Amino acid sequence: MENDELITMRDITKTFPGVIALDHAQLTLRKGEIHALMGENGAGKSTIIKCLTGVYNRDSGEVHMEGVEGNINCHSTEDAQKIGIATVYQEVNLCPNLTVAENLFIGREPRTKAGFIDWKQMNRNAKKVMDGLEISIDVTQTLENYSIAIQQMVAIARAVDRDCRALILDEPTSSLDDKEVEKLFRVMRQLRDKGVGIIFVTHFLEQVYEVCDRITVMRNGAFVGEYTVAELPRVKLVAAMLGKDFDDLAAIKNETMASADGEVLLVCDGMSHKGTIKPFNFKIRKGEVVGITGLLGSGRSEMVRCIYGADKSQSGKETMKGEELKIKAPIDSIRKGMGYLPDDRKADGCIGDLSVRENIILALQARQGMFHTIPRAKQNEIADEFIRELSIKTPSRETALKQLSGGNQQKVIIARWLATHPDLLILDEPTRGIDIGTKTEIQKMILKLAGEGMSVIFISSEIDEMLRTCSRMCVMRDGEKVGEIDHELTQENVMKAIAGGGN
Amino acid sequence: MKTKKKINSNNLLIMITIIMFIVMYAIGCFVYAGKGFAHVQTFLNLFITNAGLICVACGMTCVMLTGGIDISVGSLIAMDCMILAHGMGVQGWPCIPTIILILVIGVIFGLVQGFLIGYLNIQPFITTMAGMFFARGMTAVICTDQLSITQEQNALFYSWANAKIYLPAFLGYTNNKGKVMTPYVRPTVIIALLVVVVIFIVLKYTKFGRSIYAVGGNETSATMMGLNVKRTKLFAYILSSFLCSIGGICYCLNTMSGSVQQAKGFEMDAIASSVIGGTLLTGGVGNVIGSLFGVMINGTINTLVTTNGKLLSSWANIATAALLCFFIILQSVFAYFKNRNN
Amino acid sequence: MKNLKKVTKQQLFLPIFCLFLVLLVNLLKDPSFFGISINNGVLYGRIIDVLNRGSEIAILAVGQTLVVAVSAGTDISVGSVMSLAACGTCMVLAGFGVNTTSTIQVPLIIGILFGVALGGLCGAFNGALVAKLKIQPMVATLILYTAARAIGLLFCNNQITYIRYEPYKYLGNFLPGCPIPTPIFVTIAVIIVVMLFLKKTALGTYIQSVGINSRAAKIAGLNSDMICFMCYLICGICAGMAGMVASSRIYCADSNNIGLNYELDAILAVALGGNSLGGGRFNMAGSIIGAYTIQAITTTLLAMGVSTDQAPVVKAIIVILIVVVQSPVFKSWLGKRQAKRLALSKEAA
Repeated sequence: MENDELITMRDITKTFPGVIALDHAQLTLRKGEIHALMGENGAGKSTIIKCLTGVYNRDSGEVHMEGVEGNINCHSTEDAQKIGIATVYQEVNLCPNLTVAENLFIGREPRTKAGFIDWKQMNRNAKKVMDGLEISIDVTQTLENYSIAIQQMVAIARAVDRDCRALILDEPTSSLDDKEVEKLFRVMRQLRDKGVGIIFVTHFLEQVYEVCDRITVMRNGAFVGEYTVAELPRVKLVAAMLGKDFDDLAAIKNETMASADGEVLLVCDGMSHKGTIKPFNFKIRKGEVVGITGLLGSGRSEMVRCIYGADKSQSGKETMKGEELKIKAPIDSIRKGMGYLPDDRKADGCIGDLSVRENIILALQARQGMFHTIPRAKQNEIADEFIRELSIKTPSRETALKQLSGGNQQKVIIARWLATHPDLLILDEPTRGIDIGTKTEIQKMILKLAGEGMSVIFISSEIDEMLRTCSRMCVMRDGEKVGEIDHELTQENVMKAIAGGGN
Repeated sequence: MKTKKKINSNNLLIMITIIMFIVMYAIGCFVYAGKGFAHVQTFLNLFITNAGLICVACGMTCVMLTGGIDISVGSLIAMDCMILAHGMGVQGWPCIPTIILILVIGVIFGLVQGFLIGYLNIQPFITTMAGMFFARGMTAVICTDQLSITQEQNALFYSWANAKIYLPAFLGYTNNKGKVMTPYVRPTVIIALLVVVVIFIVLKYTKFGRSIYAVGGNETSATMMGLNVKRTKLFAYILSSFLCSIGGICYCLNTMSGSVQQAKGFEMDAIASSVIGGTLLTGGVGNVIGSLFGVMINGTINTLVTTNGKLLSSWANIATAALLCFFIILQSVFAYFKNRNN
Repeated sequence: MKNLKKVTKQQLFLPIFCLFLVLLVNLLKDPSFFGISINNGVLYGRIIDVLNRGSEIAILAVGQTLVVAVSAGTDISVGSVMSLAACGTCMVLAGFGVNTTSTIQVPLIIGILFGVALGGLCGAFNGALVAKLKIQPMVATLILYTAARAIGLLFCNNQITYIRYEPYKYLGNFLPGCPIPTPIFVTIAVIIVVMLFLKKTALGTYIQSVGINSRAAKIAGLNSDMICFMCYLICGICAGMAGMVASSRIYCADSNNIGLNYELDAILAVALGGNSLGGGRFNMAGSIIGAYTIQAITTTLLAMGVSTDQAPVVKAIIVILIVVVQSPVFKSWLGKRQAKRLALSKEAA
């Protein structure tokens, strides 16, 4: 280990049944540095962190820490805490009903001689700790009285107070506004100056360039590279994360149709949702395929959820075919001719115990209303049609959805929306977890539907897919729509747009 | 950094409870002054009659703080009273060993329920409902008649039941026959108040007590902070059933009898007292002082109805249920505003 | 072995197996259990008894199944609501304050509809608390669990109100000239109406969708709140109906005793029916078989000398056994033990 290295992880491999989560990954954390850990879906960021902090046991590889003998193997978060590694997660893992002081010290409260908890001493200690981070708050108030930002500080304070040398922050800024992010960065810099090594897991590009010293990029469970922030232009970072060699970008032009003359279908004017997507404008024409691109967490899903009404828009207005929409719940959108395939199929899409047939006809049934049931024969017909068209592998249409593989479950949910013949179809990562053959089929299907007059909003992490099907791309970054590209649609231009300004 | 005022929604709930009690009691004093409502003894009778409920409400509060519920308490009390009545009365057991037996049964009862809830993750409602029917059925198994405990059967127990602890005479009054009526309390009141003090200390000053609050606040966080959630829940239910047994002894000292129909709906009173006292149904918030006031309100309602004489006793039930409904909705409203602010 | 596993995994296995056990025990003890005879133009026999007296539980189980399926919660107010409905009907029929009458003040059908409507009102109250205010089902229904009986007592002026009007007794006993007890018809009617409503409208699918994954259901366009509300409403109506039958049996409104402890039986019927108490997919047939199984258990216990007050002990043990076996923790513990055994046997081999 070199002199300024705090933790080294080398050759880390971890497999789960059927998937290689980490493939000889590596990570180096130095003393007194803020180190960003970045990567898209399935990159392995959270897996490698969990291997370090004892949540998972790695299959192989070496972990060394300065001052600790030999290969480290933590089996629990307590083990990690003992050698000085602390983690603060995105969901603040504190108890909102307890006071700040108590949250800081629970499990190790100062005691009086009689063995009872010494509240006065605990409050005094707590004040000292928070003052040390330059945060003056009343430590006797319950945690829920404070904003998420403060709560996170308390979580960090708790971690830091237990003599941690390495602090891992897992997506800490997702729920913070700009001012709160500044406060967090101040605390982080203070800790760094004291010699603490900080691993900062995030997908906010601007923040990485603002506060981090080094970046490690991972992709598909493997280590892509470690860079110093000063030497890495944004575009190269984006390219590394998406797996493109910047110098090797062929100008993959899409050969598709321009349908810029169709009538306007949907107009969104200044819509937003607090905490997820800043106010945006959006327009789509009949028969158009628009892609929404950006890094994971840039607001892609949040924007379409707002358009569809899964998250109620808190500002602006939405017009479809010239008529202003008042969307109170998804059923309103469905009745107006929208369909939405969510990106989290397990939580928002699959109704596991229901059969394939029931899952497919559900949205159609919802649109028709409870009292107009679709006759069983028609249900069978619809289900069979889509099982055939999408090549859904299932023993029968009555099989419970949870028994199908992930990719086939995805196809069933797509079928659900196709069955409603919407005017506007929103697909959020429709090809995730699907084999190559079907991926192509789905892209062809999108083009066919567009040709028949359906408007499609298409979100995908694979820029190639979108380039082949979309005539226009919306670019998202850090929770807001930052631009559109409707000509010269090439990989290079798209990635430049995602990366944004600064070099 | 902006911090909210000290008066947040949780304190507000308790303040509403205390004010409600004072108002109710004051109304009683005005309206029924002629019937002796304003005497100190009436106030003390609240404690005497409800000594058992106070103990049980403390246990219920502990369990509700973890986010659970225990609806077996009424039936457990009935079973305890029946064991006391049958054991001491029919079988002739001496007093102290029978009482120890009751306490041990309480612990075992709580152990089984706590294990099912804490370690097997079975819903508290179903588990304690099964406990409720088990205990109620066992009461009938022991004996289906109504038994009473008389002085001959057990002089010691009888003496405790009738003992009076007098307060300073100046708090009393002279009745229309010229006799000085000094107010008094019974030993059960001392036991009940002791329970409140002990549980208050446990909840505020011991690790176990704080773990209960943490578990109720956020179970996942509590686990991540290194607390043993399962064990905390187990002991919370053991505590509840143990306190219920103590409450059962106080209850029996009041009624001096055992029957299958006893303490029906008692669990409702205990839950209502806790909720009215500011214990959140979702867990993590509440304390025994509030629950004590909840019991006082419950008792006041009952006293108001009986003093009136013309109202059916059902009105007391309806009033309690209405108050419970009011506080449940109030809690839900506060929670909604809290979520919106975050 | 594999075939045995396949059979045991069927949802209807549990209720049918339990029913079979109970019938077997009875058969061994007293073969005359299955005897049916006709006396005075009506059917007699233990089996008839079970079908007759199990009617209230079966009707309650229908409503309870929906509540459990949609909200993973239970409605414990059903027994008290039965009592309230009975008191309401008798008060309306006899007139307020009258505690015994042989003529009725309003047409019989109005009285009965009033009782059922009262049940529905209670169901709506519960539904509003659970669906709109998001209060836990057990707690929300706890309110009516206490209050309903007390309100019923008030309706009847704290007395048992007798309706000595002959046609009132038909619902709970026998229609003139018909050998089969009327409650059996009522139960069949309720089951048919509810099943038709579930199958002919999409409500059955909706309830299951909301119960399994209410987020996904909402995105697919379902109104989760309204569906939840409707289930509690139906449960309340069922409770009202059951109250009518119970009251008609004894041609009075005995506020303290009607429906006493029936909520446990209803929940037990749903659990015995193979339905998960955690919500989701439900099987109405299972609950109904479960309901009659419980009635058979109660009858058997009575025959063995266990009084109605003592029977709850057995039922409590059964409920705990079922819930423990259904619990995921237990299942995974069992799975680990089997895996260990498999590993050990492989090593030995």
